[in-house]
Order: sequence, then structure tokens, then C-alpha cells
Amino acid sequence: MVDFLWLVIAFPLAGAVVNLIFGRRIGQPASGWLAFGLVAVSWAIAVPPTIGFITGGAQTETIFLFAWIPLVGADAALLWDPLSALMTMIVTGVGALIHLYSIGYMNRDERYPRYFAFLNLFIASMMILVLAANYAMMFIGWELVGLSSYLLISFWFTKPAAAAAGKKAFIVNRIGDWGYLVALMVIFATFGTFDFNTIFSTAPGVLTAGTATAITLLLFVGAAGKSAQLPLYIWLPDAMEGPTPVSALIHAATMVTAGVFMIARSAVLFELAPVSGVVVAVVGAMTALVAALIALSQTDIKKVLAYSTISQLGYMVLGIGVGAYAAGVFHLTTHAFFKALLFLGAGSVIHAMAGEQDMRKMGGLRKKMPITFLTMGVAWLAISGVFPFSGFWSKDEILAETFARGGGYYVLWAVGLFVALLTAFYMTRLFVMTFLGAPRWDDGVHPHESPRTMTIPLIVLGFFTVSAGIVNTPVRLAFKHFLEPSFEGVVHAKSLDLGLLAILGTIALIVAVIGIVWSWRKYSGAELPAEDGRWWERSRAAFGVDEFFGRSLVAPGARASRWVADTMDLKVIDGAAHGIGGGVRRVSEGLAKLQTGQVRSYAGGVAVAGTILIFVFLYVGGAF
Amino acid sequence: MTLTITWFLFLAAGLFSIGLAGVLIRRNALVMFMSIELMLNAANLTFVAVSKELGLIEGQVTALFVMVVAATEVTIGLAIIVAVFRTRSSANVDELAELKG
Repeated sequence: MVDFLWLVIAFPLAGAVVNLIFGRRIGQPASGWLAFGLVAVSWAIAVPPTIGFITGGAQTETIFLFAWIPLVGADAALLWDPLSALMTMIVTGVGALIHLYSIGYMNRDERYPRYFAFLNLFIASMMILVLAANYAMMFIGWELVGLSSYLLISFWFTKPAAAAAGKKAFIVNRIGDWGYLVALMVIFATFGTFDFNTIFSTAPGVLTAGTATAITLLLFVGAAGKSAQLPLYIWLPDAMEGPTPVSALIHAATMVTAGVFMIARSAVLFELAPVSGVVVAVVGAMTALVAALIALSQTDIKKVLAYSTISQLGYMVLGIGVGAYAAGVFHLTTHAFFKALLFLGAGSVIHAMAGEQDMRKMGGLRKKMPITFLTMGVAWLAISGVFPFSGFWSKDEILAETFARGGGYYVLWAVGLFVALLTAFYMTRLFVMTFLGAPRWDDGVHPHESPRTMTIPLIVLGFFTVSAGIVNTPVRLAFKHFLEPSFEGVVHAKSLDLGLLAILGTIALIVAVIGIVWSWRKYSGAELPAEDGRWWERSRAAFGVDEFFGRSLVAPGARASRWVADTMDLKVIDGAAHGIGGGVRRVSEGLAKLQTGQVRSYAGGVAVAGTILIFVFLYVGGAF
Repeated sequence: MTLTITWFLFLAAGLFSIGLAGVLIRRNALVMFMSIELMLNAANLTFVAVSKELGLIEGQVTALFVMVVAATEVTIGLAIIVAVFRTRSSANVDELAELKG
């Protein structure tokens, strides 16, 4: 019985409302603590029912709240199963830590309460999305997440780059939303309802392969927008313009996980569309590869992390594409921990360096910020896939399941392995450039360790980054069993031979170590190595994807808008309005001349008209 | 020589024409007013004559109504003319052209 589950949504939502209206009166640190407290309470509420799933005592439940649009099977109802429980834990848990961190990080911001109101709104939207029991309600959460991300990315809207980044995120997401919305229409046309339970139980009988492919591909367009897959990933690097904790929130706990979660939720439909599975897997692998290649050469610490997020999302999508839903969601979970940690650590560094984000001007921070150094080190090893940190287990499982599919999937596996090498390389580059070597700080920069509200989240996340992997080792697949009720009726990738897994794991580990050692030797010298040459240039320019979209889509769009504004609006529409107005005025000016003010002239008119009328009547009457 | 309806109708037409001419030609509001009375009574004469000829009572009733309307109109009209005369010490309608468009 989890009837009280709506509180998980209500608390952060209430926090958002209170902070929006009374934020200024509540004051600087208090409004932040309030926001943090409410999210923490949300998390605490959800813990006992989640434990119920772990111990096996709890059942999947649908909690009816109130009838919303009964006609289309869209009630305000919550679906509580292991998948939504897990997502709730991640979103509220990691979210609460990021709130706590923000209390210290945002301390000198003028619009402090507003920031926390948006942060709470983000958590509430994400919870609506995660707990929804039908596609329509999920869509509400989906759109709210887009709105919250827009508000937070462009939080410092006086900076033109931040305002533009917010708009870009919103517009690119709209393209994805289009796919999601059309998918909803097809779903409704096929099933006559939006309800998850009904759709997933009847889908195998009702759905033809063609319709299933159409629905899932459209859903994937939506997921690609939110989860930053090729080619809709372009909004994510720009989203770095927001405050750093926001980046952590978007990249770890919320927003980008939405797409992966939505596909996992629709696993039944994706199982019925093998073609879509291939598309999803290939797009995921390509995204992982391209983003990792770009991450190699970025010098802005947040940009490296942004591209690494895209790359890791590619892994998750690859896992889900090959039918390894549990593995994909597992990577989502571990990634939530270590990526939140990396971003918060980066935020801590940026805070200490007085806003400097260029890694070329860092270095030697190890002594100055020991906690940040240690926790970031853990995250670095985890994302690089070093045994026994969490990233190793989750990344490895995806690669193993891809490998196990055989055939063309060997290529995807090889791509994944190559990306693991790149990941280890660029993460080591980031770590070494930031913390080791000689200081390359600008004059007047005095790095210092961050306040406790910022280091505590780092330590907590660090703990999970180290330990989260053990819940799903090949020897003990606790995590997979935990999620099993959510993927009932979905064909699982076949269970893998332990010996094969050991071999694959060793290969991945060797690759990761090669990447780390190679990068370490290259960057730990006294001088930074020159990164020139054709490939470095191209990578630094992100392969010109942004410019390509700018030239091919944005510029023509801007030209079309210009035409509409200058020609269509100013000439045609305004011309019509002015023409009609002017015409009427000219006619009435002419008619006004008839009104002479001379009574006798009116009388004359009446007399003449009367005479004419008399003759007309006589004529009509047949007098002549 | 009997008095047929034609006589009455010619008389009415004559009176009406005189009235119309008076309205169109004269500038004095008071005289124009009297001309309008003339036209109204020409119409009354027509009503009564036709009523008598056709043996219908409606024409005579209508004539009575017209008289009532004419009487009320005279009171209002005269009041306006007196008011105008007071403010401008003239009853020349050509000077009352404030509503020119």
C-alpha cells in the first residue's frame, strides 16, 4: 500500500510554489534549506516502499489519484514498480544532494530563492514523468522537465550565451517532443487508451510489426531529444552555460535520464519492433563514439564532462537497444552517481578558481582541495571503467550483452570498447590537467577547499560511486532481479557464461588501463603537450556539427523568419490592414461632404428623393 | 358643377407644393415651420377626401392622428426656435450649420 506516494511529487512542487511567492521573505540560506529539506523528505517517503521491492515483499501497484481525462484512459494515476522506485531514488536522492551543494554554491546569487524554486520544480516534473501510469501524464512531466531545464539553463539570462543556450535546449527538445507526441497519437489510434497496464498487456496481440516499429521509432525520436542522442545532442554542451549544479542535475539525475527511462518503460513495445532495436543500438553506439571523440580535445572542464555525458548516454541507449534493459538502467544508475560527483567536483574546482573553467589554467590543485581531489579521483576511475568501481560493472555489462547478441553486434561491441579507451583517455586528461602537475593559475587566484555543504554531497556521492557496482556483479545479479517485475514479458538477453564475462571484463579493463596510462604519460609532464594537427582541430570544433546545423537549418530558418517579418507581415498583412482602414476613411471623407449642415439642402434632397419615389411607385403600379 | 374628389386632391397638391416651396426657399425658421404645417394639412386634406370618397373611416382617423402629432411637433419645434433665437438673436437656418461634415 503506497497511497501516500503522491506526496513525493507534492513536496517539491509545494517547495517551488512557496519559494516562488515567498522566497524573498524567507531569505538567503533559509529558502535553500527549505528546498533541500522538501526533496529530502520526498526521498525519505519513497525509501520504505522501495525497500519493500528489495526484500521482495512489495507488489507493483497502480495508485489512482483522480479522473483526469477518463475518455482516453488518462487518469492522474501513479505506477509504482521497481523501475519507477529506482528512478525515484535516483532523482530525489541525487537531487537532494545537489540541492544541498547549491546552498553553498549559489550563496552570492541575487536570485537565490528563484533558483531553488526552479530546482524544486525540476524534481517535481521529473517525479511526474517517472511515476506516471500512462503516456499522457508522462507527457505532462516530459514537457515540464523541458520547461524546468530551460528556466535553469538560462538562469543567468543576462548573459546572452546563457539565454541562447536555454532557447537552444528548449527548441531541440521540441523536435524530440514532436516525435513523442506523434507516437502518442499512433498509440491512441491503435490501443484506444494511454494506460501503461492496458497497452503493455494487450500489445503482443494487438500490435503489428509495422505499427510497433512506427511507435517505437517515434518514441526514440523523443528519447533522442531528451537523452541527447545523435543528432539531437547539440543542446547539451551549450547547456553548460547554466550554474554548475544545474549541469549536474540535468546530466545525472534528471532530464537526460528521462529518455532512457521512457524507452525502458516502453520495453514491451520495443521488444515487438526488432528493427527499432537495431536503430536504437546503432544510434547509441555512434553517439557514444562521436561524443567521446569530441571530448578528447575540449579544454573547458565542463565541456569535457558534457560530452562525456553524451557518450555515456550512448552506452545506455546501446544497452537498451540490444534488449539489455536492466543493464542500460544499471548504467543510468551508476552514471547518476559518478557524473553528479564529477560535475559537483568540477563546480567545486570552478568555485575555488574564481570562475575559471579552462583546464589549461588549472593544475596542481591536489594539495589545495584534498576532498574534491579524492572524490573526483574516485569518479574518474569509475567512469574510466576501472575494477571494482561502479562504472566498470555497468559499462561492462552493456558491452557483454552487446557481444552476446553476436553477428553485426560484434561491430557495436568493438565501437563500445574503443569508446571505453577514449573515455579513459579524456577523463585522465581532465584529471591530470586539473589536479596534478604544476599550477598554471592566473595571478590573483587563490584556490581553497569548498564549504562543507559542498563537500558533504561529494563524499556521499563518492561512497556510492565506489560501491554501487556491487549490487549487480555477474556473480550476483541483485539489481537485475530487482528490476525483473518491471520488464515482465520482455525477452531478456540470454544469461551469459561467467567465463566469457571474465574474458570480456578483462579485455575492457586492459583497454581502460591502456587509455589511462597513455593519457597520464602524455599530460603529466611539466609542460602541457601541444594538441595540434588536423584531428585535434576537428575534435576541438566538435566536427562542425553545430555549424552544419547552423548553416543548413538555423540560417534558412532565420532567413524565412526575416522574410515573414519584413515582407509577409510588414507588406502583406500590415498592407491589408492599412489599405482597408485607409479606404474606409477616404470613402467616409467623401461622404461627409454631403453633410453640409444646411437644413434646406437636406429638405431639398428629401423632396427630390420623394418625387423620384412617387414616379417609381407609379411606374411599378402600371400608371404609365 | 359638382364638387368631386379631384378638386380636393388638386387643392391638397397645391397646398403641399406651396409648403414645399416655402421650406426650400425661405430662410426664416418660423416661416419654414409654417410651411411644414401647410404640407401636413395638405396631407390631412387628402386623407379626409379619399376617406369620404371610399367610405372608409381610417383616413379620417389618420387625419386626427396627424393633427395630434402636428400639435406636439409645433410645441417642441417652437421651443427650439425660441431657444435658438435667444442665443443668436436670429432665426436664419443657413447660419445654423454647426453639424457640417
